[in-house]
Amino acid sequence: MEEWKATCRLLTHCKHLFHGRSTPNFQRFCSSGCRCHFNQPSESIKPYIGYYQQELKSFSRPLVSLCMNQWNRCRSQYRLFASQATIIQRRPDFSTISSEDLSYFKNILGEIGVVQDEETLDAVNTDWMRKYKGTSKLMLQPRTVEEVSQILKYCNSRCLAVVPQGGNTGLVGGSVPAFDEVIVSISHMNKIISFDKVSGILVCEAGCILENLIAFLDNEGFVMPLDLGAKGSCQIGGNVSTNAGGLRLLRYGSLHGSVLGLEVVLANGTVLDMLGTLRKDNTGYDLKHLFIGSEGSLGIVTKVSILTPPKLSSVNVCFLACKDYASCLKLLLEAKRKLGEILSAFEFLDHDAMDLVLKHLEGVRNPFPFSMHNFYVLIETTGSSESYDREKLDAFLLNSMENDLISDGVVAQDITQASSCWHIREGIPEALMKAGGVYKYDLSIPVEKMYDLVEEMRVRLDASAKVVAYGHLGDGNLHLNISTPQYDDNILSQIEPFVYEWTSKHKGSISAEHGLGLMKANKIHYTKSPETVQLMASIKKLLDPSGILNPYKVLPPSLFTKS
Amino acid sequence: MKIMVAIKRVVDYAVKIRVKPDKSGVETKNVKMSMNPFCEIALEEALRIKESGLASEVVAVSVGPTQFLETLRTGLAMGADRAIHVEAPEKIYPLTIAKILKALVDVEKPGLLLLGKQAIDNDQNQTGQMVAGLLKWPQGTFASKVVLDKEKQVATIDREVDGGIETLCLDLPAVITTDLRLNQPRYATLPNIMKAKSKPIKKFTLQDLNVEIKSDLEVVEVTEPPKRKSGVILSSVDELIDKLKNEARVI
Ligand SMILES: Cc1cc2nc3c(=O)[nH]c(=O)nc-3n(C[C@H](O)[C@H](O)[C@H](O)COP(=O)(O)OP(=O)(O)OC[C@H]3O[C@@H](n4cnc5c(N)ncnc54)[C@H](O)[C@@H]3O)c2cc1C
Ligand SMILES: Cc1cc2nc3c(=O)[nH]c(=O)nc-3n(C[C@H](O)[C@H](O)[C@H](O)COP(=O)(O)OP(=O)(O)OC[C@H]3O[C@@H](n4cnc5c(N)ncnc54)[C@H](O)[C@@H]3O)c2cc1C
Repeated sequence: MEEWKATCRLLTHCKHLFHGRSTPNFQRFCSSGCRCHFNQPSESIKPYIGYYQQELKSFSRPLVSLCMNQWNRCRSQYRLFASQATIIQRRPDFSTISSEDLSYFKNILGEIGVVQDEETLDAVNTDWMRKYKGTSKLMLQPRTVEEVSQILKYCNSRCLAVVPQGGNTGLVGGSVPAFDEVIVSISHMNKIISFDKVSGILVCEAGCILENLIAFLDNEGFVMPLDLGAKGSCQIGGNVSTNAGGLRLLRYGSLHGSVLGLEVVLANGTVLDMLGTLRKDNTGYDLKHLFIGSEGSLGIVTKVSILTPPKLSSVNVCFLACKDYASCLKLLLEAKRKLGEILSAFEFLDHDAMDLVLKHLEGVRNPFPFSMHNFYVLIETTGSSESYDREKLDAFLLNSMENDLISDGVVAQDITQASSCWHIREGIPEALMKAGGVYKYDLSIPVEKMYDLVEEMRVRLDASAKVVAYGHLGDGNLHLNISTPQYDDNILSQIEPFVYEWTSKHKGSISAEHGLGLMKANKIHYTKSPETVQLMASIKKLLDPSGILNPYKVLPPSLFTKS
Repeated sequence: MKIMVAIKRVVDYAVKIRVKPDKSGVETKNVKMSMNPFCEIALEEALRIKESGLASEVVAVSVGPTQFLETLRTGLAMGADRAIHVEAPEKIYPLTIAKILKALVDVEKPGLLLLGKQAIDNDQNQTGQMVAGLLKWPQGTFASKVVLDKEKQVATIDREVDGGIETLCLDLPAVITTDLRLNQPRYATLPNIMKAKSKPIKKFTLQDLNVEIKSDLEVVEVTEPPKRKSGVILSSVDELIDKLKNEARVI
């Protein structure tokens, strides 16, 4: 066994050398060569300029120089990569870091908890997609809830803006500063506090990396109720704060169901202990739900209590090909009926997504080397009896083949084959990153209509960009990605606001699971009514009157400008 | 020509192995079992030889309890034409397996017997060599390339040895055991999985083959390898020198 493993490792080693980004952890070492800092403006405004992409220089120069003048006056920021070139202003009432602030923080956290070295700051200022970049000069790394409380209390009194940061894998620019906000990293709060083997309730600190929790639970015979491609870097606190959905939502439901309790620190330093470990607790308002999915705008999550299901031993994975989208939908319905309680994932990707993965991702194996298909579906079953599950799956597959819903398919015969099927689906975000620029939209749309948007988008963009569609079909969640060799505002203007208007018209959501962050803070009205947004703003003002927590994100900044 | 391939069912290579509390062996209850990866490679090679027109039939053989039928089904789903299941207890040592395989060769008369170079559960790496000895057939072990010449009735194989590649020519019939780099086994496709359901699996008992289970080996105890201590990060060169001097005592 050892030899087999060692040889396999050896064989894949060379791949990994070129495959750094297979784990998002790696991103820090792979900053691409395609961007450079903009060095024309005066030193004083340099920090506010963010990123500039070489390829864009020619066409965007007039715009940039226009903004340059503004920068001098109002320190605004121009983001070439952001969802439509948005200009947001740094709130003038926020303070900037002084040397007294630094010594205060060093006093509470010690030297090691106060990070100022440029290289580290560069990494934590930049988001996973390398699309958003802040200019923070300070990252704090608390180790206890008391330290988080002291930090926030102080920042609140000094009106210093703060960005809570977990694994920094968020896809909407929410986890990095927009300007010079202080980064409060939760990474060092990574202890598992308790695990109850009977009820399956896990209590841990917010900075635990998802994959570590998965590994811990695996040893105990349990699984996390969520799993996603970024598991090697993302943290449970970040998952809770974005209400991450992921690959198993179909089976285990959303975090609003499985999170039983939270410990949260409010902007003024108050520690809210809502760390219940009870499945049922109807005493008053269930406030933890406010923090699930609030993207660090209402408080910093420091501990999480979560209900975990037992690990079942029989897992099957099949990778199927369908001739058209209608077949995928029929297959979904059939899978729900025939696989019923053992169905644990139903993911889809289209021809263009497959093509992209095969082209750009090292080590991917095409299950159908001899033919390309229009659509692919990955189905996973999880149950407790191998022979029973297999029988069910075979009957379902046979039936679907006879009814012409599937044109081809493979069933993984071992865990390695199952992992390579998952690798295709989970590797799409990474392949997109390697292919060049990407405009990402994470949409909930009634499933029957879902693919119409993709087709309309292809017609709109014609040959100028590649439209790639994949997602959690079982949850009605489409990941629409427009891949271009480089970022191009002409293409962007073809996409937005069309994609939001289309989604709104079909009663969809413009953010199914990634959140709004900086990218879509101004787009919330496409999905939520004015009254709802107003109430959200009132809640934000109630919990964070000075607005220091993750400013400019989630809700339109205009709601908070003092008049 | 007929090719016979021996396949074994083992704990899936991606599963973390746990030793049973009584140290009698490794835990296989509630553990994912799969085809031994080297056997999968052997079967893949047999299928490729058949597909290139150099063989007429691929027969998969497995020796073990009823659950081994599942592994044979996988073999049939990959493309084997038929299968033979020899009903036997799970723990059998290489010499007995080699005797069983010899008995089956006498019945089936294949022109080539393919095996994985070893099974990843016990890593014994003996069965192929032993059966070649019993059959008095030439053997090519750890093959990383196999070329058949039908006319001359020879198989040319490459084997990875220290410092290079050794090329052997074997007169057929012969025994070949397969190494990791020989090929990448195919997926079982849906149509083939369905077809496999109606492919025949012939059953033999040990009595049918006139083989007795007796072993000269006895497993005394199975234990986990000692845990590797995790490393520590030191803060200074001085500390390192101190540790090397006083803890490791190497300088
Ligand atoms: C025989 C029996 C068995 C029960 N078993 C269970 C059980 O197994 N589990 C369990 O959880 N509960 C149980 N209950 C209690 C349970 O809370 C109620 O049965 C049910 O959920 C309340 O529904 P209702 O329409 O009768 O609401 P009501 O009794 O009319 O009202 C309950 C509360 O909700 C408010 N309310 C009602 N409708 C609205 C509305 N449309 N908008 C805003 N507020 C509203 C009311 O002001 C009140 O505060 C049981 C009750 C009985 C009599
Ligand atoms: C390859 C890849 C695949 C992905 N797949 C999925 C998927 O399938 N489903 C899905 O839903 N998402 C997916 N995502 C995005 C997903 O939202 C993040 O991966 C994850 O949930 C964020 O966790 P994080 O620890 O990285 O948080 P970060 O990126 O650090 O932060 C995300 C947001 O949460 C806030 N935040 C972080 N930690 C805390 C805390 N402790 N307290 C308060 N606020 C906090 C931040 O301020 C920010 O607004 C994927 C991302 C990548 C890169």
